[in-house]
Amino acid sequence: MSDRGFSAVAGINTPFPERRPGLISSLASSALGVCTGFLEWFGNLGVFSWQVLKAGVTPPYEWRELIRQLDEIGSKSLPLVVLAGAAIGVIISLEARYSLSRFGAKSMFPATLVYSVIQVMGPIITGLVVSGRVGAGIGAELASMKVTEQIDAIEASAINPYRLLAATRILACILMLPLLAVATDACALLTGWFAQALVAPLSFRQFISTGFDGATFSAFLPPTFKTAVYGLIIGLIGCFQGMSTRGGAEGVGRAATNSVVLGSLFLILADVVLVKFILVVFT
Amino acid sequence: MTSMTATRDAAKNQAETKQDGVASVAVENLHKKFGSHKVLNGVSLSVSRGETLAVLGRSGTGKSVLLRIIIGLETPDTGSVCIHGESIAGLNLDRMGEIRKKMGFLFQHAALYDSLTVAGNVAFPLEHHRRDMSRLERSDRVKQLLAEVGMEEGLDKMPSDISGGMQKRVGLARALALDPEILLLDEPTAGLDPISSGEIDDLILRLQRERQMASIVVTHDMHSAKTIANRLAILDQGNVVIEGSFEDLQQSEIGFVKEFLKKS
Repeated sequence: MSDRGFSAVAGINTPFPERRPGLISSLASSALGVCTGFLEWFGNLGVFSWQVLKAGVTPPYEWRELIRQLDEIGSKSLPLVVLAGAAIGVIISLEARYSLSRFGAKSMFPATLVYSVIQVMGPIITGLVVSGRVGAGIGAELASMKVTEQIDAIEASAINPYRLLAATRILACILMLPLLAVATDACALLTGWFAQALVAPLSFRQFISTGFDGATFSAFLPPTFKTAVYGLIIGLIGCFQGMSTRGGAEGVGRAATNSVVLGSLFLILADVVLVKFILVVFT
Repeated sequence: MTSMTATRDAAKNQAETKQDGVASVAVENLHKKFGSHKVLNGVSLSVSRGETLAVLGRSGTGKSVLLRIIIGLETPDTGSVCIHGESIAGLNLDRMGEIRKKMGFLFQHAALYDSLTVAGNVAFPLEHHRRDMSRLERSDRVKQLLAEVGMEEGLDKMPSDISGGMQKRVGLARALALDPEILLLDEPTAGLDPISSGEIDDLILRLQRERQMASIVVTHDMHSAKTIANRLAILDQGNVVIEGSFEDLQQSEIGFVKEFLKKS
């Protein structure tokens, strides 16, 4: 090692020691980095969404792939949402019975169960369950295709990957989420009634007629159809994370994780806006 | 002197191309950087119908990037790519798709769709672009394409169940599905044993004779390049250091070319 090299390494004869950046400046630079990354991510998501929209509305339409995705996203998620719905029905039934008894409002049980399942719990639970299953699936599948150049091969075969892979999956999510939400609601109501009927005699007919008494279109349809927006979020984020993956197996894992985490997070945030929107517009 | 001969030959070739009409692929002064790493630094090449150009060079000299730019999977920083005289710069995906229908691309690792069978992979471009074909016609065409590359059997196997050489053959059949006028091959013999490599070389030569496509083959394999190409170009540090026939390369006084040939 030369003298110069040694002195440089050992820090000898350094007339002006290097100044460490202050805490505030390093915090500011970290915050700036996070903000830049955040804006860049949203910018890329915007560009991706535009590409998908352009590809999705222009022919040729990929009907066969759409049907395959409807089956993959809809039929194969059904057992999971049905099971989640069944559990939610029992939980709400137990909680509601206890709470309503305390206030002497047992007669409100059917309406409480119906409204809390259809307006709140059914849609959000459906969204979160589908986000876990489908979001991760889409993210991992597309990321794996990306790192093994299969998406490039699709593009090289003169096929628009935004149309074939992204538009079909996103549309399938949008179409299937409301149907899955209906299945979750139905199952939750059924198990909720059953849990109640085990304790106190209540016919299913009576439960339904009391629960839906005075119900209007605006009370039930908008909460069910808002799950189409959840579908858009789950599909869009899954496809975006998958198709913009870089790196090998690590990239695939990251894409799957991010698809679920970001999908679920944005779904809950979107629910805040959607609930307010429904309250303002439909009531 | 040799490089002058090679350059003269290349110029002569380009002049002939111009006489015939436009080149099938013409690349002009391509530059491409990834971050601070300069991959291509002013590459210019052209290939015309019935001609095979082999692009050689060390790993990381931008050979595969060059092919990806030609088919529009990457965008160059500067420079132009013309396919049959039409510049591909700024084309939207659908217009680019029309141009890509005239091109076949064999990926280095074949990039077969792992959820489709061997036959499904070859049928894939036909299902999307030859919608007028009946199911039976498509099936016959798939069998014919696979027979052309020596894959008469195992049509229903998944890509993961066949060897690397077979995957390359299937990839080649898929690249040929739309009867391309331009064929781009990225390392067609990489990772294969000498016998399989020889078979792939023979296959490319035969297809070339039968179909008269304009082909660009990126390879490390000098023996393969010598067998299948009319012209060879060697890339170093993102630039073409020599272009010409194998004999031109042998006579070259350029240090890098001499070393490359010696170690090949």
